[in-house]
Amino acid sequence: MTAEQIAHLRRAKDLVDRSYAQPLDVLALARHAHMSPAHFARQFKEAFGESPHQYVLTRRVERAMELLRETDATVTDVCFEVGFQSLGSFSSAFRRVTGSTPTAYRATAIGYAPTVPGCWAALWTRPVGRAAGMEKPGAQGRE
Amino acid sequence: MKIIIVSLRVRDQDSARRFYEETLGFTVTEDMDLGEMRWLTVAPPDQPELNVLLEKPGPPFVDAESAQRMDELVAKGYGGTLFFQVDDIRKTFDELVEKGVEIIQEPVERFYGIDAAFRDDSGNHIRVNQSVDTGIAWPEDSMTAKAQAAQG
Repeated sequence: MTAEQIAHLRRAKDLVDRSYAQPLDVLALARHAHMSPAHFARQFKEAFGESPHQYVLTRRVERAMELLRETDATVTDVCFEVGFQSLGSFSSAFRRVTGSTPTAYRATAIGYAPTVPGCWAALWTRPVGRAAGMEKPGAQGRE
Repeated sequence: MKIIIVSLRVRDQDSARRFYEETLGFTVTEDMDLGEMRWLTVAPPDQPELNVLLEKPGPPFVDAESAQRMDELVAKGYGGTLFFQVDDIRKTFDELVEKGVEIIQEPVERFYGIDAAFRDDSGNHIRVNQSVDTGIAWPEDSMTAKAQAAQG
């Protein structure tokens, strides 16, 4: 993989960080990176250690975690606010990534807000560790 | 003691010079061809005494393979980060968008001010903050507040 291709992959990753609330699928991200979807998914995982699909999910869950901690928005509002299409897919992704339900997380997650720049905090609190291995084969591209 | 130069790895010094000078309005403080290496420093408009060394790693200082890896890491966005402070972040942000800069985060109001983020031409992460009272309460349960409480 050339550094130029890596830069294209980074731009797709930045698009997720910026537009996580939009309907992002692997096809759209691949287009942003100027690659075919299959090639993009493989290269993204090689460059960043996780699939684009997983990156989208963990980014959305990280954003949801912040809203649950720091706002009074309902779980349903948070779900749609961060880009999930249904409460079912939100709850399921949230549980797989954090091991907890959104409601239970909100009840226990006091004292977690770092007083550092917001997007910097977002980089460091994305729950990727617990999401490792969460993907099933063939799950890529589905929400 | 004070910091006079910080180093930032860039992928292409010509392009980096254009970005920092023309896009961000930095002053080029030194640009010297020293044979194997090019010493290129820039300083922010309101802080002429702080220089940023726009460094392109390569032989003989860094072996070619390591330099290649560094280049890839910078391209990934893992090279380094600068934190800027501006007087009017929305004006700065609009100007950056106008100039086609890669945006990472649009201005967001936080309890400490308003911040946004973009990338330089190499992919380095640049955060911009406007220190202003947004009326958002500092989180009482934040780690800082806890640390302060623990210290009495």
